[in-house]
Amino acid sequence: MTDQAAHQAAHRGLDLEEPLLFDFGETGRSGVDLPDPEPVASRLGGLERTAPIGLPGLSEPQVIRHFVRISRNNYSIDGNLYPLGSCTMKHNPRLNEKVARLPGFADLHPLQPESTIQGALEAIHTLAHWLRTLTGMPVVAMPPAAGAHGELCGLMAIRAAHDAAGQNRTRVLIPESAHGTNPATAALCGYEVDPIPGNARGRIDVAAIREKLGPDVAGIMLTNPNTLGLFESQVIEVADAIHDAGGYFYCDGANLNAIVGKARPGDLGVDAIHINLHKTFSTPHGGGGPGAGPVAFSEALAPYAPLPLVVRGDDGFRLVEHREGQGAASFGRMRAFHGQMGMFTRALTYMQSHGADGLRQVAEDAVLSANYLLESLKDDLSAPFDGPCMHEALFDEAFLQGTGISVLDFAKAMIDEGYHPMTVYFPLVVHGAMLTEPTETESKQSLDRFIAVLRKLAAAAKAGDVNRFRDAPRHTFRRRVDETAAARNPVLRWTPPTPDAQAAE
Amino acid sequence: MRYLPLTGDDRRDMLAVIGAASVDELFRDIPASARIDGLLDLPNHQGELEVERAMTAMAARNRPAGAGPSFLGGGAYRHHIPAAVDHLIQRSEFLTSYTPYQPEISQGTLQFLFEFQTQVAMLTGMEVANASMYEGATATAEAVLMAQRLTRRHGAVLSGSLHPHYRETVRTQTQFLGLHLDLAPTDISGGEDLASRITADTACVVVQTPDFFGNLHDTTDLAKECHEAGALLVVVVTEPVSFGALKAPGDMGADIVAGEGQSLGVGLNFGGPYVGLFATRSNFVRQMPGRLCGETVDADGRRAWVLTLSTREQHIRRQKATSNICTNSGLCALSFGIHVALLGEAGLRRLAALNHAAAVRLADRLDAVPGVRVVNRTFFNEFTVELAAPAAAAVDTLAADGILAGVPVSRLVPDDPALANLLLVAATETNTDAEMDALATGLTRVTA
Ligand SMILES: Cc1ncc(COP(=O)(O)O)c(C=O)c1O
Repeated sequence: MTDQAAHQAAHRGLDLEEPLLFDFGETGRSGVDLPDPEPVASRLGGLERTAPIGLPGLSEPQVIRHFVRISRNNYSIDGNLYPLGSCTMKHNPRLNEKVARLPGFADLHPLQPESTIQGALEAIHTLAHWLRTLTGMPVVAMPPAAGAHGELCGLMAIRAAHDAAGQNRTRVLIPESAHGTNPATAALCGYEVDPIPGNARGRIDVAAIREKLGPDVAGIMLTNPNTLGLFESQVIEVADAIHDAGGYFYCDGANLNAIVGKARPGDLGVDAIHINLHKTFSTPHGGGGPGAGPVAFSEALAPYAPLPLVVRGDDGFRLVEHREGQGAASFGRMRAFHGQMGMFTRALTYMQSHGADGLRQVAEDAVLSANYLLESLKDDLSAPFDGPCMHEALFDEAFLQGTGISVLDFAKAMIDEGYHPMTVYFPLVVHGAMLTEPTETESKQSLDRFIAVLRKLAAAAKAGDVNRFRDAPRHTFRRRVDETAAARNPVLRWTPPTPDAQAAE
Repeated sequence: MRYLPLTGDDRRDMLAVIGAASVDELFRDIPASARIDGLLDLPNHQGELEVERAMTAMAARNRPAGAGPSFLGGGAYRHHIPAAVDHLIQRSEFLTSYTPYQPEISQGTLQFLFEFQTQVAMLTGMEVANASMYEGATATAEAVLMAQRLTRRHGAVLSGSLHPHYRETVRTQTQFLGLHLDLAPTDISGGEDLASRITADTACVVVQTPDFFGNLHDTTDLAKECHEAGALLVVVVTEPVSFGALKAPGDMGADIVAGEGQSLGVGLNFGGPYVGLFATRSNFVRQMPGRLCGETVDADGRRAWVLTLSTREQHIRRQKATSNICTNSGLCALSFGIHVALLGEAGLRRLAALNHAAAVRLADRLDAVPGVRVVNRTFFNEFTVELAAPAAAAVDTLAADGILAGVPVSRLVPDDPALANLLLVAATETNTDAEMDALATGLTRVTA
């Protein structure tokens, strides 16, 4: 049986098996009609491709059917609540998509003359203004492509500031609960990572910081609200301690959604903070990106911001693309062109839709919803820390103790109930962490239904219904996948069947 | 507010369950001195109609590249994107899903990533590719860092015809890691000697083809010299349509290919988001940055996909990770994958041939303009012309007449009088003969 026939045999209702493009494409067919190229004298200098690429040929209907079919094997926020903690899976408004596709934004070349892109520069400048106002910080760097890239931007500015002051500082303090991108980023800037333990309340004590401070400390990377879903209540003391020691305060702003319009990082002593537009400001995650991670800077770090800058002059908006003028002390360029414009237009559309009043309501509803989950579930599941929480409710594996059911099993059983699991096993400092973020875009009915399902599952777990969990998921297109096998013998691409294998069929 | 489902009654009921008198009680961990009482100084919420009107007005203050003749390249290219691409990527299940951390309910994303990895590996002529980087310049910086890890050496030679933004990004991203960069002087001839720059501490040589000025490079000999000296060859490609016409980097000795995928499926977007391509040899895979999707089976033995080799990544390895990248360019990788799927082997080769033919016709036409000289001997769909006058001024003048003539080299490499008159000109399948005439006529006027 050919691969394709085997796949077709396995259709079940609306679950349609779909092979890889490479399993059924044939050369000689194309889904794009193009004219015959005019004959010209080649200027390829003898470098013409002679070997086939190996790409399959497909007509448009085949391609559409292929991608529509595989799309159906995905969970999405459009389909249901997506409680991934730290990821802020909120509703993605479609107006944002429409605006981003206006030819006046989408069909602009990044190197067009400034006279032809005044509206685009205005959009970037306006978004930066909103971000400055929401963070209470004077300058926002727009180039970073995502949160981790923003972290790099922030730490490079810190390093540049120390270098400019002739200071050789080598250590960055990072709480043990931090996201993996924080230590990875510090390492990319040549810093040694010094982990800070949290206290019994899930926060960082200023005393723990003071113990670690010294003339070799470049700064701290603190997530606030932190990765346990809690606000670092001593943040101002922490900022003061760092500043007194000559260091800078980098804030991981992944959780800005909880405080937008309620508090400003600039008032908390922050020197740099990245803002994930793909979290707080609703640009869609697209199966893992793209995102955007603009960074707000304090006065102290502002001169080192990356290029290019968008500035407003007497006769319109201008790009500063080289180390000159306001960009003279910049640490440099960290990508090609200017930034994630497609994300900027979406985020700006979102902000204008919500306005100052709506954004404040966003934070309030996100925090309210998380606390509602925490309060409703803390006795059925188990919560390592008391509330109030910010926009994430953290549970742990204590309630599963002695059941023989792991957090992973529990997560997979949620899938059988129609839910994407929360973020599990992060942060690493909590055993069997289950970080649950409902966001502000769920109705109360939706939250209540989610609560009812989790209660039912917790009861089943405690009642010893082990198989229901270990065998989960059972109702999905694919049952539990073997991750170990994938890593042991990595198959990372399709390869053509060997002639031997074909003959054996 | 149309995106917020909770009603006043809901909020009151929820607060009662929580046992809080007001929502502000939930924010009590924020130091009182930092709590905002009223509203920030920004406009209040607006309906769809008002927002759309404001944003449309802003968009109207730009001139879309497609509104008239445009010959801009320099690392971003205007191509026709089949309508099916945008239709498919807007499916909820692709657009509004997260990174596929739960494989059982993310097989759609995982399958397109596996297909993308395969397509990129095929196009570049390499054995493996990852599930995307942010964009081409950061992918190039990652390639240099990967070469440093693989060779345990600390030098890198960057070609003088590597895209200036890429050079600058590599410099920025490696500046604190004890890496010595040998930046070869700007080279518009296509004939620079990079082999002589290799030393015992060279981790890699980075060369672009087609290069920033449009010249094509056979890297076979350079690869040999690199390998003899224990260094790696990193090949950068900023125009992936060229894969349809040119010998693959993998067939010319590349160890790592870093590139920009924007041309296929993604669109111009004023510079982002784009999609970084990253491919290498199988035996280097454990030093690769970025996500990888692999094949496996599920509990019933059926073929399935899953993110794999994550022990390289930041969420497991933290400061020892191969990169700090987390969110990448998933949806742009999907756009790329759909466009490539639609084109197929025959379509991509034809598209590449159309691009080359357009560029050759344009080069011939411009070469005939007095005061204009085509610099390149070889090129794919972009080449450099030398004008009799500064290119930046010529571009501004022509822009006022509705023609986007190209990219003045001085915009990216300022303060070098030798480059002031150089203009990069790209032609793709979207450019008509009438547009080419308009450019030739325009250049005749401004160089006269
Ligand atoms: C706390 C935290 N920090 C940093 C990041 C990295 O952000 P990004 O994925 O946009 O690079 C994330 C998200 O994944 C996060 O949750």
